Amino acid sequence: MRRTVAKTYKLYIGGKFPRTESGRSTIVKNKRGEIEAHICQASRKDVRDAVEAASKATSQWASITAYLRGQILYRMAEMLEGRREEFVSAIQVTGNATAAQARKEVDAATDCLVRFAGWTDKISHILGSSNPVAGPYYNFTVPQAQGVVGVIAPQSPSLLGLIAMIGAPLATGNTVVALGSHLHPLPSAILGEVCHTSDVPSGVVNILTSTKKELLEHFATHRNIHSLYASDVTKPERTLIEEGASDSLKRVSYLHIQKDAWYDQNQTASPWNLEHFIEMKTIWHPSSSH
Amino acid sequence: MAEGTNTQSPWDYSDAPDSTHVDIAKKYQLYIGGKFVSPKSRSWFATTNPANEQKLADIASAGKADVNIAVLAAKRALPSWSKLSGCERGKYLFAIARRIQERAREFAILETMDGGKPIKESRDVDIPLAAQHFFYHAGWADKLEYAFPGRAVKPVGVCGQIIPWNFPLLMAAWKLAPALACGNTCVLKPAETTSLTALRLAEVFEEVGLPPGVVNIVTGAGETGAAIVNHPNIQKVAFTGSTEVGKLIMSQTAGSGKSLTLELGGKSANIIFADAAIDQAIEGIVSGIYFNQGHVCCAGSRLFVEEPILDTVIRKLKHRLKSLRVGDPLDKNTDVGAINSKAQLKTIQHYIDVGEDEGATYHSCQTERLPSKGHWCHPCFFTDVQPSHTIAREEIFGPVLSVMSFRTPEEALMRANNTPYGLAAGVWTEKGAKIFDIARQLDAGVIWCNTYNKFDASSPFGGVKESGFGREGGMQGLRPYVKLQGAMS
Repeated sequence: MRRTVAKTYKLYIGGKFPRTESGRSTIVKNKRGEIEAHICQASRKDVRDAVEAASKATSQWASITAYLRGQILYRMAEMLEGRREEFVSAIQVTGNATAAQARKEVDAATDCLVRFAGWTDKISHILGSSNPVAGPYYNFTVPQAQGVVGVIAPQSPSLLGLIAMIGAPLATGNTVVALGSHLHPLPSAILGEVCHTSDVPSGVVNILTSTKKELLEHFATHRNIHSLYASDVTKPERTLIEEGASDSLKRVSYLHIQKDAWYDQNQTASPWNLEHFIEMKTIWHPSSSH
Repeated sequence: MAEGTNTQSPWDYSDAPDSTHVDIAKKYQLYIGGKFVSPKSRSWFATTNPANEQKLADIASAGKADVNIAVLAAKRALPSWSKLSGCERGKYLFAIARRIQERAREFAILETMDGGKPIKESRDVDIPLAAQHFFYHAGWADKLEYAFPGRAVKPVGVCGQIIPWNFPLLMAAWKLAPALACGNTCVLKPAETTSLTALRLAEVFEEVGLPPGVVNIVTGAGETGAAIVNHPNIQKVAFTGSTEVGKLIMSQTAGSGKSLTLELGGKSANIIFADAAIDQAIEGIVSGIYFNQGHVCCAGSRLFVEEPILDTVIRKLKHRLKSLRVGDPLDKNTDVGAINSKAQLKTIQHYIDVGEDEGATYHSCQTERLPSKGHWCHPCFFTDVQPSHTIAREEIFGPVLSVMSFRTPEEALMRANNTPYGLAAGVWTEKGAKIFDIARQLDAGVIWCNTYNKFDASSPFGGVKESGFGREGGMQGLRPYVKLQGAMS
């Protein structure tokens, strides 16, 4: 009988696939209890490396045109569609989903990305404004990116949850350091490969696999993470996040939605999901011929 | 003025300072549940006129028990206030705006006496803008659904609002107007040195028949503020003040589910390119840093001048400083009034000493003597300032400017953005393409191009990074005061 060529899934940092600096990996078992794969377990140092890579990528990602950013996100959706079956089986390895359910999740994740791709050059229509000030001035308010956004993805749905949570900050011009599902880690580990082949510039998306228990505190306190987006967090975890965030006045937002709502694009990809990741910049200029 | 007048020679002050016939009571109680009530704490503190150190009145100091009563009053008032139709709610706000306009002179004089700012600023800026904020938000009350497409809008609940002493009535308006328009009820705490205009605003609420408990005003110092922040029935905290206290509030409310708006400190850059209209830029520098004695969170306290025009700018700035009149805040000709408190004056003087100790050069150009009583500081600037100097990094909140030079737009941007703060920035150039490129790359919430320190109720204000989060004013300023519910698919 032929032995399967199994790999150890690695992290995705700065456009590269490093093993964790900690040298640790964990076993991923399938539902029958068999060893399916090994996966790197990221450490605090990996978070720091990922934030450094994300910081370097912020100015480029925020300053390319919104049209181009939209095309790159759409390219991600194209690549996701092309690897549909790989994701369907990855979801099924550790989860209880049937093939039909897994297919539904992959399709929803792909469609979610398409929605975000379309938002890049429309969000300022919806959330920006020109302001009728009482004086001879042009005054307008435009959304701008916050910088590096830390994402704590839900345990499940592992692919759709991660896509919904990285899509919003990416569409608004932020770079992302994401912690994928610990219980169902394979889809997030494979997503790095999708990013890598979709013209996403290095460092714009960084994906780590590890436990929330180990890394949440570091996501909360790292000063170069400007904004934190978390799902599936308990009250003590919220306290930990917000206390840690207070040191550098990091923005904190949550995506608390129930199971089926992940499939409601109006809950995951509305402008009010994107609004968490923008800073409103108001610009004044006199308007006068004298 | 005769031609060739030497601006160095002392001018005669106007012999007609604004009349000060404003009734000030001996004691001011708390405004809770639509009534003025004595504090359970039985404790009072004095508020003084910083221009002459004379006591103006005793103010109630709200303790924990008083704050509790105020929060419960706001909670009781919430259901009927939030259920009122938007148009009806708006009409209360319109009426408040009107009454502020009608009593504008009284408000202006009181603001100047209690806070020390020049009467021309309270008369022309603070009070008119406070009225505008109520008028502007009044019109939003029945239009909220249009501001948040695809969502149903609900008020957040009981809001605890803590405001600073630099724009007392205006900050009260910034906080209260959007909160009330969105159907929330409020507990407002004015700063301890400047409570009088907020308490007079309570009289306006009575005049227009605002339902009891919709706005409650509790006076006091930091402990009163902490009692508001930590009260379990407060759903939202809006704070304007120092970054240090802002961080403390965020840490104290961690995990509580309370939503926050923080409008904090700044060290804003004002960038002057060689191709700027220099005389206009000089006026922008002056209003950027000396407006309201520099007690402005968005003050343009770091001036970056393109090297070829550095000498010209310094020469013109010195000339302009000579003509700034420091003195009686009630005099219509006064440009720079009194420093708000003895403590703040000490802070400013400390920074001036540190600036000189670290090797920067002090310039004041002021020859007139400061009044013997009251808290005063000559407007001034420093040259030979290094980016690492304390005065170039920390917020001074006084009329002290750091002047530095740069060679390229990239250098100006790098240095302007090299601060934990990000409230505002100014940029001066006559080149359109350049000004928008710099405005895009400056890391701040408000960018003034070829102008500075302009405010408007329809224009969102607020910071990035450690200058806080949330916006006040404009459509975006409504967001912190609503909960978005229900996806309309």
